[in-house]
Amino acid sequence: MYVAVKGGEAAIANAHSWLAEERRGNPAVPEIGTDQIQEQLTLAVDRVMAEGSCYDPALAALAIKQARGDLIEAIFLLRAYRTTLPRFCATLPLDTGEMLARRRISATYKDLPGGQVLGPTFDYTHRLLDFALAAEGAVPPPAPEADPGEDTNCLRVTAMLAEEGLMAPEEVSEVEPGDVTRTPLSYPAGRALRLQNLARGDEGFLLSMAYSTQRGYGNNHPFVGEIRQGEVTVEIVPPELGFAIEIGDITVTECQMVNQFDGSRTELPQFTRGYGLVFGRTERRAMSMALVDRALRAEELGEEVAAPAQDEEFVLSHSDNVEATGFLEHLKLPHYVDFQSELETVRAMRAAAMHETMREAAE
Amino acid sequence: MSGLLPGFADPVLDAQSAFRAVLEAMSRPGRVQRLQRPPSPPAPLCPAAGAVLLALVDAGTPLFLDAGADALEWVRFHAGCPVVGDAAEADFVLAAGVPPRLAALRAGTDEDPQASATLILQVEALEEGAGWRLTGPGIEHEHRLRVVGAPEGFVAEWAANAARFPRGVDVILCAGDAVAALPRSITIREG
Amino acid sequence: MSAAMQAEGYNFAYLDEGTKRMIRRALLKAVAVPGCQIPFGSREMPLPYGWGTGGIQVTASVVGPDDVLKVIDQGADDTTNAVSIRRFFARVAPGLRTTERTAEASIIQTRHRIPELPLREGQVMVYQVPQPEPLFRLEPRRAETRRLHALADYGLMQVKLYEDIARHGRVGSSYDHPVMVGGRYLMSPSPIPSFDNPKMHMSPALQLFGAGRERRLYAVPPYTDVRSLDFEDHPFVPLRANGTCALCGARDTYLDEMVTDDRGGRLFVCSDTDYCGTRQAEAVA
Repeated sequence: MYVAVKGGEAAIANAHSWLAEERRGNPAVPEIGTDQIQEQLTLAVDRVMAEGSCYDPALAALAIKQARGDLIEAIFLLRAYRTTLPRFCATLPLDTGEMLARRRISATYKDLPGGQVLGPTFDYTHRLLDFALAAEGAVPPPAPEADPGEDTNCLRVTAMLAEEGLMAPEEVSEVEPGDVTRTPLSYPAGRALRLQNLARGDEGFLLSMAYSTQRGYGNNHPFVGEIRQGEVTVEIVPPELGFAIEIGDITVTECQMVNQFDGSRTELPQFTRGYGLVFGRTERRAMSMALVDRALRAEELGEEVAAPAQDEEFVLSHSDNVEATGFLEHLKLPHYVDFQSELETVRAMRAAAMHETMREAAE
Repeated sequence: MSGLLPGFADPVLDAQSAFRAVLEAMSRPGRVQRLQRPPSPPAPLCPAAGAVLLALVDAGTPLFLDAGADALEWVRFHAGCPVVGDAAEADFVLAAGVPPRLAALRAGTDEDPQASATLILQVEALEEGAGWRLTGPGIEHEHRLRVVGAPEGFVAEWAANAARFPRGVDVILCAGDAVAALPRSITIREG
Repeated sequence: MSAAMQAEGYNFAYLDEGTKRMIRRALLKAVAVPGCQIPFGSREMPLPYGWGTGGIQVTASVVGPDDVLKVIDQGADDTTNAVSIRRFFARVAPGLRTTERTAEASIIQTRHRIPELPLREGQVMVYQVPQPEPLFRLEPRRAETRRLHALADYGLMQVKLYEDIARHGRVGSSYDHPVMVGGRYLMSPSPIPSFDNPKMHMSPALQLFGAGRERRLYAVPPYTDVRSLDFEDHPFVPLRANGTCALCGARDTYLDEMVTDDRGGRLFVCSDTDYCGTRQAEAVA
């Protein structure tokens, strides 16, 4: 008699011990420490924190180790942990104007107050594999340090343009923004929720959407007004104290894209802004976010909404890689009940069609 | 707060048990459920009303209640919910006395019918098998429910409430340790 | 289940009380407006989206230590994801009993099937729903489908069914065939085979539906009118394989087709493993 082959508790347990063995790899090779991941795979840690919506480098490093370097899996682990945490209060808005910048560049001006600071960047490196790193590497010599000049306070490019009346002012609102992690999105979502969604959206998705606007799918003529990267202070106001206290510093990257706007019947031509702010040093996602943010402002600015990147519901409902990968991978689950009904339907339709053909042939 | 009465003895499991009773009541309108481990709230709140409140309201749900300062302090302490002075702004309305008119409460919209108020209505007694005749989803043929101390004109108000389905107010009736529910989807006829 | 295997540091049934209250409030509204999709603040669960997170959150908000939980996937208790979800609840809900017997269960979480044994009062069915919007293939914008539900404008679906008849000669999706609930809301029954659709109509059990990724839940109260969409001249006909279960001999159950060799050998067995096992045991006795 046929015995149904179905997964059981034992099969699952065995699969998971095999997974643990594979994760460790060759035991003769020293185990990787989460401190090594945290110190040496910093951009992976930053991406996991950004898309995991949880600023904790040690936990992100642990997640990367547990996920065998699969960053989406690591993001999922961090998100699932994050949901179980109690919420004490919301922080005050970060003031990136007060950032201690380690990198600050503008593509719109040759020089500007605060200067151009390249900082630790891949830009202008020649992408040649460095075989010296494959050997036990020596600690690199410390990079030369500049004198902390007087230009430490970097004026914002967007503020300079605004002074001249060339930058469209942003709408100011004192309304408490929603929280995409607590309340389901409904459309139109509005810019605050849009930015929240993009800030934790999949980097690859944001990059592709942003890229599509550069290739003509959406009316974008962007300039990097400014990218700044560095440490900002996080403050909260505990209700029992009633005044702000600092709870720590975090590293963030901010990107302000400047886009031309043709003006309308009521408004003179001026520049508009696309904004990106992300955890860590994930500059590519900050830039992508800024481009997509600007594209999604099409309706607000009276532009035609024609391209995918301008379509709020399309972008926001497909940006999350934890949702996307879960649903995609669920196709691995058994579907044989549904497939059986498809089989019956197709067989019934074929039988009917064949019957019809034979009847016609007989006539 | 020296006189503050306790809430659920077990905040996790007693809340679950109270919710299941309310879910059962809402699913089978007119059937009376007994709460297993309700709290002892301050007068005039009955144990069932106290249990329903603690099971369902919290910082995310504005509450309107007419049950006096002790009750207000008790709910606020145990549930941490915002209290509003206008019943039309509340997600939950607790009426120990004459309730506000159903038409005055939030009814949701056709797109968001869930954005409607739930009225927790304290009455004197709930008895199955006699009284109102209830029909609609959750009821195989007809359920009968006698509501002792129902507000005057309630059946007529209910007809208007049910007529605007899917908009409308849902009602949870409480008496002693008993609950019954009237979801907006059902029809009530006088017995 | 030993205490050591239970997950430390998590609340009963994993979710925090605030999340449970939010889901419980949404469930009560769902019952009050049968078939209407209610948005809820779905949380990230330790299982992936698409793998039952909606059903799990609904079950976690409803379940208590006095419950007896059955979890099935494709009708079977021993499919991998059913095992995984049952194990999850055993770890996070101390005191909860699990069972494979439909008759013993007070809560049945399911993916893709309704048990063959008629359900009874006091039982709660929890369906895992991948896509709660029955109109999504016809209109992908949820802002628009929400408006259509508000207006009870289901013309799109009628046209689609009509085209199905023109093309295939019959009404019908073979699974996830849409239903009208209480004569008002068009609803996805989840991807159950259309064979199971009639079991939803006037069921004595409470039926709850959770879609975690899409952040929607909905309900069918007991004894509620649930009609599979069709036309008078083309009535809805549920399909099953025309076969007999090779294990218990049933001729009226939903069957899984098994490929037994590479020469076209096939046999059929019940998809509902508990129902089939019970019948086999009764035949021996």
